[in-house]
Amino acid sequence: MKITEQAVEQLALLSRLDLTAEDQTAHTKSINVILDYLDLLNKLDTSNVEPAAHVLPLKNVFREDRLQPSLAKELALANAPEEEAGAFKVPRIF
Amino acid sequence: MQLHTLLVHELSELMEKKEVSCEELTRDYLQRIGQVEDKIKAFLTVTKEEALAQARAMDEQRARGEALPPLAGIPMAINDNICTQGIKTTCASQILYNFIPPYDATAAARLKNAGAILVGKCNLDEFAMGSSTEHSAFYSTQNPFDPEAVPGGSGAAAAVAVGEAAFALGSDTGGSIRQSAAFCGVIGLKPTYGCVPRYGLISYASSLDQIGPITRDITDLALVLNTIAGRNAKDSTSASVDGPDFKKSLVNSVKGLRIGLPKEYFKTGLAPGVAAKLQEAVRKLVELGAVCEEVDMPHTEYAVPAHYIISCAEASSNLARYDGVRHGLRVEAEDVLGMFKKTRIRGFGAEVQRRIMLGTHALSTGNYEACYMKALKVRTLVKRDFERAFEKFDCLLTPTSPTTAFKIGAKAEDSLAMYQSEVFTIPVNLVGVPAMSLPFGIAEGLPVGLQLIARHFDEGTLLRVGYTLEQNTSEIRPKPGLSR
Repeated sequence: MKITEQAVEQLALLSRLDLTAEDQTAHTKSINVILDYLDLLNKLDTSNVEPAAHVLPLKNVFREDRLQPSLAKELALANAPEEEAGAFKVPRIF
Repeated sequence: MQLHTLLVHELSELMEKKEVSCEELTRDYLQRIGQVEDKIKAFLTVTKEEALAQARAMDEQRARGEALPPLAGIPMAINDNICTQGIKTTCASQILYNFIPPYDATAAARLKNAGAILVGKCNLDEFAMGSSTEHSAFYSTQNPFDPEAVPGGSGAAAAVAVGEAAFALGSDTGGSIRQSAAFCGVIGLKPTYGCVPRYGLISYASSLDQIGPITRDITDLALVLNTIAGRNAKDSTSASVDGPDFKKSLVNSVKGLRIGLPKEYFKTGLAPGVAAKLQEAVRKLVELGAVCEEVDMPHTEYAVPAHYIISCAEASSNLARYDGVRHGLRVEAEDVLGMFKKTRIRGFGAEVQRRIMLGTHALSTGNYEACYMKALKVRTLVKRDFERAFEKFDCLLTPTSPTTAFKIGAKAEDSLAMYQSEVFTIPVNLVGVPAMSLPFGIAEGLPVGLQLIARHFDEGTLLRVGYTLEQNTSEIRPKPGLSR
Protein backbone atom coordinates (compact mmCIF):
# COMPACT_ATOMS: atom_id res chain seq x y z
CA MET A 1 0.00 0.00 0.00
CA LYS A 2 1.62 3.25 -1.14
CA ILE A 3 0.16 6.69 -1.41
CA THR A 4 1.03 9.42 -3.94
CA GLU A 5 1.51 13.11 -3.28
CA GLN A 6 -1.68 13.82 -5.20
CA ALA A 7 -3.58 11.48 -2.87
CA VAL A 8 -2.14 13.30 0.15
CA GLU A 9 -3.28 16.59 -1.39
CA GLN A 10 -6.80 15.16 -1.56
CA LEU A 11 -6.58 13.85 2.04
CA ALA A 12 -5.47 17.29 3.18
CA LEU A 13 -8.50 18.85 1.52
CA LEU A 14 -10.85 16.29 3.10
CA SER A 15 -9.14 16.90 6.45
CA ARG A 16 -9.40 20.68 5.99
CA LEU A 17 -5.67 21.22 6.33
CA ASP A 18 -3.97 23.96 4.33
CA LEU A 19 -0.74 22.06 3.59
CA THR A 20 2.16 23.80 1.89
CA ALA A 21 3.92 21.92 -0.92
CA GLU A 22 6.75 21.24 1.50
CA ASP A 23 4.43 19.82 4.19
CA GLN A 24 2.80 17.69 1.53
CA THR A 25 6.08 16.08 0.54
CA ALA A 26 7.07 15.48 4.15
CA HIS A 27 3.70 13.99 5.08
CA THR A 28 3.64 11.75 1.99
CA LYS A 29 6.97 10.32 3.01
CA SER A 30 6.05 9.71 6.63
CA ILE A 31 2.59 8.37 5.83
CA ASN A 32 4.12 5.85 3.42
CA VAL A 33 6.50 4.59 6.12
CA ILE A 34 3.48 3.96 8.33
CA LEU A 35 1.40 2.37 5.57
CA ASP A 36 4.28 -0.04 4.86
CA TYR A 37 4.22 -1.07 8.49
CA LEU A 38 0.43 -1.45 8.51
CA ASP A 39 0.77 -4.01 5.70
CA LEU A 40 1.70 -6.42 8.48
CA LEU A 41 -2.02 -6.96 9.02
CA ASN A 42 -2.33 -8.58 5.61
CA LYS A 43 -0.39 -11.58 6.90
CA LEU A 44 -3.55 -12.52 8.79
CA ASP A 45 -6.46 -14.27 7.14
CA THR A 46 -9.57 -12.55 8.51
CA SER A 47 -12.10 -13.79 5.94
CA ASN A 48 -14.21 -15.53 8.59
CA VAL A 49 -13.76 -13.03 11.39
CA GLU A 50 -16.43 -10.60 12.57
CA PRO A 51 -15.29 -6.99 13.08
CA ALA A 52 -15.27 -5.63 16.65
CA ALA A 53 -16.13 -1.95 16.76
CA HIS A 54 -16.74 -1.98 20.49
CA VAL A 55 -15.63 -4.01 23.45
CA LEU A 56 -18.70 -4.05 25.66
CA PRO A 57 -21.95 -5.82 24.75
CA LEU A 58 -23.89 -2.56 24.95
CA LYS A 59 -26.87 -2.11 22.68
CA ASN A 60 -29.55 0.57 22.40
CA VAL A 61 -28.88 2.58 25.50
CA PHE A 62 -32.17 4.38 26.10
CA ARG A 63 -33.18 7.09 28.49
CA GLU A 64 -36.54 8.57 29.26
CA ASP A 65 -37.61 11.27 26.87
CA ARG A 66 -37.78 14.03 29.45
CA LEU A 67 -36.99 17.69 29.03
CA GLN A 68 -33.85 18.64 30.93
CA PRO A 69 -32.03 21.92 31.35
CA SER A 70 -29.13 22.40 28.93
CA LEU A 71 -26.13 24.71 28.85
CA ALA A 72 -27.13 28.39 28.99
CA LYS A 73 -26.68 30.20 25.66
CA GLU A 74 -24.17 32.69 27.08
CA LEU A 75 -22.03 29.84 28.38
CA ALA A 76 -22.22 27.96 25.10
CA LEU A 77 -21.09 31.10 23.28
CA ALA A 78 -18.47 32.13 25.83
CA ASN A 79 -15.59 30.53 23.90
CA ALA A 80 -16.70 31.68 20.44
CA PRO A 81 -13.98 33.47 18.47
CA GLU A 82 -16.77 35.63 17.04
CA GLU A 83 -20.47 35.88 17.84
CA GLU A 84 -23.40 38.04 16.89
CA ALA A 85 -26.98 38.17 18.08
CA GLY A 86 -26.68 35.00 20.14
CA ALA A 87 -25.12 32.96 17.32
CA PHE A 88 -21.66 31.82 16.23
CA LYS A 89 -20.43 34.06 13.41
CA VAL A 90 -18.42 32.68 10.48
CA PRO A 91 -16.97 34.22 7.31
CA ARG A 92 -19.07 34.08 4.14
CA ILE A 93 -19.88 30.56 2.94
CA PHE A 94 -19.79 31.29 -0.83
CA MET B 1 6.55 18.58 58.05
CA GLN B 2 7.13 17.38 54.49
CA LEU B 3 3.46 16.85 53.74
CA HIS B 4 3.96 16.28 50.03
CA THR B 5 5.79 13.01 50.68
CA LEU B 6 2.77 11.50 52.45
CA LEU B 7 0.08 9.31 50.89
CA VAL B 8 -3.52 10.32 50.33
CA HIS B 9 -4.87 8.15 53.13
CA GLU B 10 -2.21 9.42 55.54
CA LEU B 11 -3.04 13.05 54.72
CA SER B 12 -6.72 12.30 55.07
CA GLU B 13 -6.10 10.98 58.58
CA LEU B 14 -4.00 14.00 59.57
CA MET B 15 -6.78 16.36 58.50
CA GLU B 16 -9.40 14.22 60.18
CA LYS B 17 -7.44 14.48 63.45
CA LYS B 18 -7.06 18.22 62.80
CA GLU B 19 -3.27 17.92 62.97
CA VAL B 20 -3.05 19.83 59.75
CA SER B 21 -5.52 22.08 57.96
CA CYS B 22 -6.41 21.78 54.32
CA GLU B 23 -5.02 25.26 53.71
CA GLU B 24 -1.65 24.30 55.24
CA LEU B 25 -1.59 21.16 53.14
CA THR B 26 -2.48 23.03 49.95
CA ARG B 27 0.18 25.64 50.65
CA ASP B 28 2.74 22.88 51.18
CA TYR B 29 1.92 21.39 47.78
CA LEU B 30 1.92 24.79 46.06
CA GLN B 31 5.30 25.46 47.63
CA ARG B 32 6.55 22.12 46.35
CA ILE B 33 5.32 23.05 42.88
CA GLY B 34 7.21 26.36 43.16
CA GLN B 35 10.32 24.43 44.17
CA VAL B 36 10.53 21.82 41.39
CA GLU B 37 8.26 22.97 38.56
CA ASP B 38 10.87 24.97 36.65
CA LYS B 39 12.73 21.69 36.17
CA ILE B 40 9.90 19.15 35.87
CA LYS B 41 7.36 21.26 33.91
CA ALA B 42 4.56 18.82 34.68
CA PHE B 43 1.85 21.50 34.61
CA LEU B 44 0.36 23.69 31.90
CA THR B 45 -1.71 25.64 34.43
CA VAL B 46 -1.28 25.94 38.19
CA THR B 47 -4.55 26.93 39.88
CA LYS B 48 -3.09 28.55 42.97
CA GLU B 49 -5.83 31.02 43.89
CA GLU B 50 -8.69 28.61 43.16
CA ALA B 51 -6.96 25.89 45.18
CA LEU B 52 -6.45 28.12 48.24
CA ALA B 53 -10.03 29.39 48.13
CA GLN B 54 -11.34 25.84 47.90
CA ALA B 55 -9.01 24.74 50.71
CA ARG B 56 -10.32 27.44 53.04
CA ALA B 57 -13.90 26.44 52.22
CA MET B 58 -12.99 22.86 53.05
CA ASP B 59 -11.50 23.89 56.41
CA GLU B 60 -14.72 25.76 57.24
CA GLN B 61 -16.76 22.67 56.42
CA ARG B 62 -14.58 20.58 58.67
CA ALA B 63 -14.77 23.18 61.46
CA ARG B 64 -18.56 22.95 61.29
CA GLY B 65 -18.16 19.26 62.07
CA GLU B 66 -19.42 17.99 58.72
CA ALA B 67 -18.53 14.40 57.87
CA LEU B 68 -16.19 14.58 54.90
CA PRO B 69 -15.24 11.90 52.35
CA PRO B 70 -11.66 10.51 52.36
CA LEU B 71 -10.51 12.68 49.44
CA ALA B 72 -11.71 15.90 51.06
CA GLY B 73 -8.92 18.46 51.09
CA ILE B 74 -6.43 16.33 49.15
CA PRO B 75 -4.40 18.21 46.49
CA MET B 76 -4.80 16.65 43.06
CA ALA B 77 -3.72 17.26 39.46
CA ILE B 78 -5.80 16.61 36.36
CA ASN B 79 -4.48 16.10 32.85
CA ASP B 80 -5.23 18.99 30.52
CA ASN B 81 -7.45 16.92 28.23
CA ILE B 82 -10.09 16.56 30.97
CA CYS B 83 -12.50 19.49 31.16
CA THR B 84 -12.56 21.61 34.30
CA GLN B 85 -15.22 24.27 34.57
CA GLY B 86 -13.82 27.79 34.45
CA ILE B 87 -10.23 26.52 34.22
CA LYS B 88 -8.34 26.59 30.95
CA THR B 89 -8.16 23.17 29.27
CA THR B 90 -5.88 23.13 26.23
CA CYS B 91 -5.29 19.45 25.45
CA ALA B 92 -1.70 20.69 24.96
CA SER B 93 -2.78 22.04 21.57
CA GLN B 94 -2.64 25.50 20.01
CA ILE B 95 -6.11 24.89 18.65
CA LEU B 96 -7.53 25.01 22.21
CA TYR B 97 -4.96 27.47 23.59
CA ASN B 98 -7.64 29.66 25.21
CA PHE B 99 -10.48 27.17 25.80
CA ILE B 100 -12.25 27.56 29.13
CA PRO B 101 -14.77 24.71 29.52
CA PRO B 102 -18.26 25.73 30.66
CA TYR B 103 -18.66 22.39 32.47
CA ASP B 104 -16.71 19.77 34.40
CA ALA B 105 -15.93 16.29 33.12
CA THR B 106 -17.92 13.75 35.17
CA ALA B 107 -14.78 12.33 36.78
CA ALA B 108 -13.50 15.84 37.64
CA ALA B 109 -16.91 16.81 39.06
CA ARG B 110 -17.03 13.70 41.24
CA LEU B 111 -13.59 14.48 42.69
CA LYS B 112 -14.55 18.12 43.23
CA ASN B 113 -17.75 17.05 45.01
CA ALA B 114 -15.67 14.73 47.16
CA GLY B 115 -13.67 17.78 48.24
CA ALA B 116 -10.39 17.11 46.41
CA ILE B 117 -8.43 20.31 45.70
CA LEU B 118 -7.31 20.91 42.10
CA VAL B 119 -3.78 22.38 42.13
CA GLY B 120 -3.27 22.35 38.37
CA LYS B 121 -3.70 20.92 34.89
CA CYS B 122 -0.96 18.65 33.57
CA ASN B 123 0.99 18.55 30.35
CA LEU B 124 0.56 15.77 27.77
CA ASP B 125 1.21 15.11 24.12
CA GLU B 126 -1.10 17.18 21.92
CA PHE B 127 -4.52 15.47 21.99
CA ALA B 128 -2.79 12.65 23.93
CA MET B 129 -1.13 11.52 20.67
CA GLY B 130 2.27 10.36 21.81
CA SER B 131 4.20 8.70 24.60
CA SER B 132 6.64 11.35 25.79
CA THR B 133 5.00 14.83 26.05
CA GLU B 134 7.40 15.89 23.28
CA HIS B 135 4.38 16.52 21.04
CA SER B 136 2.88 19.01 23.49
CA ALA B 137 2.38 22.33 21.68
CA PHE B 138 3.88 24.12 24.70
CA TYR B 139 6.85 22.27 26.22
CA SER B 140 8.08 18.85 27.29
CA THR B 141 7.86 17.48 30.80
CA GLN B 142 10.96 15.99 32.37
CA ASN B 143 11.32 12.59 34.00
CA PRO B 144 11.82 13.07 37.77
CA PHE B 145 14.47 10.32 37.82
CA ASP B 146 16.56 11.60 34.92
CA PRO B 147 16.50 15.11 33.42
CA GLU B 148 17.39 13.66 30.02
CA ALA B 149 14.57 11.09 29.93
CA VAL B 150 10.90 11.45 28.97
CA PRO B 151 8.14 11.01 31.57
CA GLY B 152 5.81 9.04 29.24
CA GLY B 153 2.73 10.60 27.66
CA SER B 154 1.32 12.25 30.74
CA GLY B 155 2.80 14.97 32.94
CA ALA B 156 0.42 13.86 35.69
CA ALA B 157 2.60 10.85 36.59
CA ALA B 158 5.65 13.11 36.97
CA ALA B 159 3.63 15.48 39.16
CA VAL B 160 2.58 12.65 41.48
CA ALA B 161 6.10 11.17 41.55
CA VAL B 162 7.72 14.39 42.79
CA GLY B 163 4.95 15.34 45.19
CA GLU B 164 3.41 18.22 43.24
CA ALA B 165 0.05 16.46 43.71
CA ALA B 166 -1.04 13.64 46.01
CA PHE B 167 -2.83 11.89 43.14
CA ALA B 168 -3.89 12.65 39.59
CA LEU B 169 -6.30 11.82 36.80
CA GLY B 170 -4.96 10.90 33.41
CA SER B 171 -6.35 9.34 30.25
CA ASP B 172 -5.30 6.17 28.48
CA THR B 173 -5.93 5.44 24.79
CA GLY B 174 -2.90 3.26 24.10
CA GLY B 175 -1.11 3.35 27.44
CA SER B 176 -0.52 6.96 28.51
CA ILE B 177 -1.54 6.40 32.14
CA ARG B 178 0.31 3.09 32.52
CA GLN B 179 3.43 3.95 30.57
CA SER B 180 3.97 7.30 32.26
CA ALA B 181 3.30 5.68 35.65
CA ALA B 182 5.94 3.04 34.83
CA PHE B 183 8.47 5.64 33.64
CA CYS B 184 7.96 7.82 36.75
CA GLY B 185 7.76 5.09 39.40
CA VAL B 186 4.11 5.54 40.43
CA ILE B 187 0.91 3.48 40.06
CA GLY B 188 -1.39 4.02 37.08
CA LEU B 189 -4.67 2.27 36.36
CA LYS B 190 -6.61 2.12 33.12
CA PRO B 191 -10.00 0.92 34.32
CA THR B 192 -12.30 -1.28 32.23
CA TYR B 193 -13.72 0.59 29.23
CA GLY B 194 -16.96 2.09 30.59
CA CYS B 195 -15.99 1.91 34.27
CA VAL B 196 -15.33 5.67 34.52
CA PRO B 197 -17.57 7.96 32.43
CA ARG B 198 -15.76 9.75 29.61
CA TYR B 199 -18.07 12.77 29.58
CA GLY B 200 -15.80 15.82 29.46
CA LEU B 201 -12.70 13.91 28.38
CA ILE B 202 -11.61 15.57 25.14
CA SER B 203 -12.11 12.76 22.63
CA TYR B 204 -9.18 11.20 20.82
CA ALA B 205 -10.33 7.65 19.95
CA SER B 206 -13.67 7.10 21.62
CA SER B 207 -13.73 3.29 21.57
CA LEU B 208 -10.30 3.18 23.27
CA ASP B 209 -10.15 6.22 25.57
CA GLN B 210 -10.55 5.77 29.30
CA ILE B 211 -9.96 8.05 32.33
CA GLY B 212 -8.03 6.59 35.25
CA PRO B 213 -6.15 7.40 38.46
CA ILE B 214 -2.42 7.84 39.14
CA THR B 215 -1.38 7.37 42.76
CA ARG B 216 1.57 6.39 44.99
CA ASP B 217 -0.02 3.40 46.66
CA ILE B 218 -2.83 0.90 46.18
CA THR B 219 -5.02 2.13 49.06
CA ASP B 220 -4.99 5.59 47.46
CA LEU B 221 -5.88 4.01 44.13
CA ALA B 222 -8.93 2.33 45.69
CA LEU B 223 -10.06 5.63 47.25
CA VAL B 224 -9.85 7.52 43.95
CA LEU B 225 -11.46 4.73 41.95
CA ASN B 226 -14.33 4.53 44.45
CA THR B 227 -14.96 8.22 43.79
CA ILE B 228 -14.83 8.29 39.97
CA ALA B 229 -16.29 4.90 38.92
CA GLY B 230 -19.92 4.28 38.03
CA ARG B 231 -22.44 5.06 35.34
CA ASN B 232 -23.35 8.54 34.23
CA ALA B 233 -26.17 9.19 31.76
CA LYS B 234 -24.05 11.69 29.82
CA ASP B 235 -21.77 8.86 28.64
CA SER B 236 -23.96 6.17 27.09
CA THR B 237 -20.98 3.79 26.97
CA SER B 238 -20.41 4.05 30.72
CA ALA B 239 -21.38 0.74 32.24
CA SER B 240 -24.29 0.31 34.58
CA VAL B 241 -22.42 -1.61 37.24
CA ASP B 242 -23.12 -0.74 40.84
CA GLY B 243 -19.91 0.86 42.02
CA PRO B 244 -18.22 -1.84 44.13
CA ASP B 245 -16.22 -0.72 47.15
CA PHE B 246 -12.66 -1.18 45.91
CA LYS B 247 -11.31 -0.95 49.45
CA LYS B 248 -12.63 -4.48 49.90
CA SER B 249 -10.00 -5.57 47.37
CA LEU B 250 -7.14 -4.49 49.60
CA VAL B 251 -6.40 -8.10 50.48
CA ASN B 252 -2.91 -9.25 51.40
CA SER B 253 -2.95 -12.62 49.68
CA VAL B 254 -2.42 -14.05 46.22
CA LYS B 255 -2.62 -17.64 47.40
CA GLY B 256 -3.93 -19.86 44.63
CA LEU B 257 -4.29 -16.97 42.19
CA ARG B 258 -3.54 -18.08 38.63
CA ILE B 259 -1.31 -15.59 36.84
CA GLY B 260 -0.56 -15.91 33.12
CA LEU B 261 2.71 -14.77 31.57
CA PRO B 262 2.07 -14.04 27.88
CA LYS B 263 5.07 -15.51 26.01
CA GLU B 264 4.93 -12.90 23.26
CA TYR B 265 5.60 -10.12 25.79
CA PHE B 266 8.86 -11.66 26.94
CA LYS B 267 10.42 -12.13 23.52
CA THR B 268 12.98 -9.94 21.76
CA GLY B 269 13.37 -6.27 22.48
CA LEU B 270 12.89 -6.50 26.22
CA ALA B 271 15.61 -4.53 28.03
CA PRO B 272 17.70 -6.88 30.23
CA GLY B 273 17.10 -4.77 33.34
CA VAL B 274 13.34 -4.91 32.79
CA ALA B 275 13.41 -8.66 32.13
CA ALA B 276 15.37 -9.26 35.33
CA LYS B 277 12.88 -7.27 37.41
CA LEU B 278 9.99 -9.16 35.86
CA GLN B 279 11.55 -12.49 36.79
CA GLU B 280 12.05 -11.22 40.31
CA ALA B 281 8.36 -10.24 40.52
CA VAL B 282 7.30 -13.66 39.26
CA ARG B 283 9.51 -15.39 41.87
CA LYS B 284 8.01 -13.21 44.58
CA LEU B 285 4.43 -13.95 43.50
CA VAL B 286 5.13 -17.69 43.40
CA GLU B 287 6.70 -17.46 46.84
CA LEU B 288 3.50 -15.77 48.04
CA GLY B 289 1.41 -18.65 46.75
CA ALA B 290 0.36 -17.57 43.25
CA VAL B 291 0.55 -19.99 40.33
CA CYS B 292 2.45 -18.44 37.41
CA GLU B 293 2.46 -20.12 33.99
CA GLU B 294 3.17 -19.09 30.42
CA VAL B 295 0.33 -18.46 28.00
CA ASP B 296 0.20 -17.95 24.22
CA MET B 297 -1.25 -14.73 22.88
CA PRO B 298 -0.45 -15.21 19.19
CA HIS B 299 -1.97 -11.97 17.84
CA THR B 300 0.03 -9.65 20.07
CA GLU B 301 2.22 -8.27 17.26
CA TYR B 302 -0.87 -7.29 15.25
CA ALA B 303 -2.37 -5.20 18.03
CA VAL B 304 -0.21 -2.14 17.35
CA PRO B 305 -1.03 -1.79 13.62
CA ALA B 306 -4.74 -2.46 14.27
CA HIS B 307 -4.75 0.10 17.08
CA TYR B 308 -2.97 2.62 14.87
CA ILE B 309 -5.65 2.39 12.19
CA ILE B 310 -8.59 2.44 14.60
CA SER B 311 -7.25 5.31 16.72
CA CYS B 312 -6.41 7.45 13.66
CA ALA B 313 -9.80 6.74 12.08
CA GLU B 314 -11.66 7.73 15.23
CA ALA B 315 -9.41 10.76 15.72
CA SER B 316 -9.99 12.02 12.19
CA SER B 317 -13.69 12.08 12.95
CA ASN B 318 -13.44 13.40 16.53
CA LEU B 319 -11.06 16.22 15.63
CA ALA B 320 -13.29 17.48 12.82
CA ARG B 321 -15.00 19.68 15.42
CA TYR B 322 -11.98 22.02 15.68
CA ASP B 323 -12.87 24.47 12.98
CA GLY B 324 -12.49 27.93 14.49
CA VAL B 325 -16.24 28.38 14.94
CA ARG B 326 -17.21 27.47 18.51
CA HIS B 327 -14.03 27.61 20.55
CA GLY B 328 -10.29 27.94 20.45
CA LEU B 329 -8.08 29.30 17.70
CA ARG B 330 -9.44 30.98 14.59
CA VAL B 331 -7.26 32.16 11.70
CA GLU B 332 -9.21 34.59 9.56
CA ALA B 333 -9.70 34.04 5.83
CA GLU B 334 -11.90 35.27 2.99
CA ASP B 335 -14.38 32.43 3.12
CA VAL B 336 -15.35 29.73 5.57
CA LEU B 337 -13.44 26.87 3.90
CA GLY B 338 -10.26 28.95 3.93
CA MET B 339 -10.86 29.75 7.59
CA PHE B 340 -11.23 26.03 8.43
CA LYS B 341 -8.06 25.08 6.57
CA LYS B 342 -5.89 27.90 7.90
CA THR B 343 -7.15 27.44 11.46
CA ARG B 344 -6.49 23.71 11.43
CA ILE B 345 -3.04 23.87 9.86
CA ARG B 346 -1.96 26.48 12.39
CA GLY B 347 -3.73 24.87 15.34
CA PHE B 348 -2.62 21.24 14.98
CA GLY B 349 0.98 20.02 15.26
CA ALA B 350 2.54 17.76 12.61
CA GLU B 351 1.83 14.51 14.48
CA VAL B 352 -1.85 15.34 14.88
CA GLN B 353 -2.10 16.41 11.22
CA ARG B 354 -0.54 13.13 10.13
CA ARG B 355 -2.91 11.03 12.23
CA ILE B 356 -5.96 12.94 10.96
CA MET B 357 -4.89 12.32 7.36
CA LEU B 358 -4.10 8.66 8.00
CA GLY B 359 -7.49 8.21 9.62
CA THR B 360 -9.19 9.98 6.74
CA HIS B 361 -7.32 7.64 4.40
CA ALA B 362 -8.40 4.53 6.36
CA LEU B 363 -12.06 5.58 6.21
CA SER B 364 -12.14 6.73 2.59
CA THR B 365 -13.86 4.87 -0.24
CA GLY B 366 -11.57 2.21 -1.63
CA ASN B 367 -9.58 1.85 1.61
CA TYR B 368 -12.35 1.30 4.12
CA GLU B 369 -12.53 -2.50 3.71
CA ALA B 370 -8.82 -3.17 3.36
CA CYS B 371 -7.79 -0.80 6.10
CA TYR B 372 -10.45 0.09 8.68
CA MET B 373 -12.55 -3.11 8.51
CA LYS B 374 -9.40 -5.19 8.48
CA ALA B 375 -8.28 -3.51 11.70
CA LEU B 376 -11.66 -4.15 13.35
CA LYS B 377 -11.41 -7.83 12.44
CA VAL B 378 -7.92 -8.06 13.89
CA ARG B 379 -9.35 -6.41 16.99
CA THR B 380 -11.64 -9.45 17.29
CA LEU B 381 -8.64 -11.78 17.07
CA VAL B 382 -6.76 -9.87 19.77
CA LYS B 383 -9.90 -10.00 21.92
CA ARG B 384 -10.10 -13.78 21.48
CA ASP B 385 -6.47 -14.13 22.67
CA PHE B 386 -7.48 -12.47 25.92
CA GLU B 387 -10.73 -14.45 26.26
CA ARG B 388 -8.80 -17.69 25.90
CA ALA B 389 -6.15 -16.59 28.38
CA PHE B 390 -8.79 -15.61 30.93
CA GLU B 391 -10.40 -19.04 30.70
CA LYS B 392 -7.31 -20.32 32.45
CA PHE B 393 -5.92 -17.35 34.36
CA ASP B 394 -7.26 -14.78 36.84
CA CYS B 395 -4.89 -12.14 35.60
CA LEU B 396 -1.88 -11.60 33.34
CA LEU B 397 1.51 -10.18 34.23
CA THR B 398 3.69 -8.39 31.65
CA PRO B 399 6.21 -5.57 31.57
CA THR B 400 4.41 -2.23 31.15
CA SER B 401 6.99 -1.12 28.60
CA PRO B 402 9.85 -3.00 26.88
CA THR B 403 12.32 -0.46 28.27
CA THR B 404 12.58 2.07 31.07
CA ALA B 405 12.05 5.75 30.18
CA PHE B 406 13.81 6.57 26.90
CA LYS B 407 15.86 9.70 26.26
CA ILE B 408 14.27 12.98 25.20
CA GLY B 409 14.67 13.24 21.42
CA ALA B 410 15.28 9.52 20.87
CA LYS B 411 11.91 8.89 19.20
CA ALA B 412 10.49 12.39 18.68
CA GLU B 413 10.96 12.31 14.89
CA ASP B 414 9.98 8.68 14.45
CA SER B 415 6.23 8.33 14.79
CA LEU B 416 6.33 4.52 14.53
CA ALA B 417 9.09 4.00 17.09
CA MET B 418 7.17 6.25 19.48
CA TYR B 419 3.99 4.25 18.91
CA GLN B 420 5.77 0.95 19.42
CA SER B 421 7.02 2.01 22.83
CA GLU B 422 3.44 1.21 23.89
CA VAL B 423 3.43 -2.26 22.37
CA PHE B 424 2.53 -3.92 25.69
CA THR B 425 -0.15 -1.47 26.76
CA ILE B 426 -1.97 -1.10 23.42
CA PRO B 427 -3.65 -4.56 23.23
CA VAL B 428 -5.45 -3.81 26.51
CA ASN B 429 -7.21 -0.77 25.01
CA LEU B 430 -8.35 -2.77 21.98
CA VAL B 431 -9.97 -5.31 24.30
CA GLY B 432 -11.24 -2.87 26.94
CA VAL B 433 -10.02 -4.87 29.93
CA PRO B 434 -8.58 -3.15 33.02
CA ALA B 435 -4.81 -2.95 33.50
CA MET B 436 -2.52 -1.39 36.05
CA SER B 437 1.13 -0.43 36.04
CA LEU B 438 2.88 -1.02 39.32
CA PRO B 439 6.41 0.22 40.04
CA PHE B 440 8.80 -2.62 40.79
CA GLY B 441 12.28 -1.37 41.57
CA ILE B 442 14.93 0.33 39.50
CA ALA B 443 17.01 -0.74 36.51
CA GLU B 444 20.01 1.44 35.68
CA GLY B 445 18.65 4.36 37.64
CA LEU B 446 15.14 4.34 36.17
CA PRO B 447 11.91 2.80 37.49
CA VAL B 448 10.55 -0.46 36.04
CA GLY B 449 6.80 -0.99 35.68
CA LEU B 450 4.90 -4.27 35.98
CA GLN B 451 1.62 -4.46 34.11
CA LEU B 452 -1.23 -6.52 35.54
CA ILE B 453 -4.25 -7.19 33.33
CA ALA B 454 -7.58 -8.65 34.47
CA ARG B 455 -11.01 -9.53 33.05
CA HIS B 456 -13.61 -6.85 32.28
CA PHE B 457 -14.71 -5.13 35.49
CA ASP B 458 -12.31 -7.13 37.64
CA GLU B 459 -10.23 -4.18 38.85
CA GLY B 460 -10.48 -5.90 42.24
CA THR B 461 -7.97 -8.59 41.27
CA LEU B 462 -5.48 -5.95 40.11
CA LEU B 463 -5.76 -4.14 43.42
CA ARG B 464 -5.39 -7.40 45.34
CA VAL B 465 -2.16 -8.38 43.56
CA GLY B 466 -0.84 -4.82 43.83
CA TYR B 467 -1.68 -4.61 47.51
CA THR B 468 -0.04 -7.97 48.23
CA LEU B 469 3.17 -6.96 46.46
CA GLU B 470 3.12 -3.63 48.26
CA GLN B 471 2.87 -5.36 51.65
CA ASN B 472 5.53 -7.96 50.90
CA THR B 473 8.31 -6.23 48.98
CA SER B 474 10.25 -3.01 49.26
CA GLU B 475 10.33 -2.52 45.49
CA ILE B 476 7.06 -0.65 45.11
CA ARG B 477 7.93 2.93 46.00
CA PRO B 478 11.07 4.09 44.22
CA LYS B 479 12.15 7.62 45.13
CA PRO B 480 12.93 10.04 42.32
CA GLY B 481 16.36 11.60 42.09
CA LEU B 482 15.01 15.08 42.78
CA SER B 483 15.46 15.24 46.53
CA ARG B 484 12.18 15.35 48.35
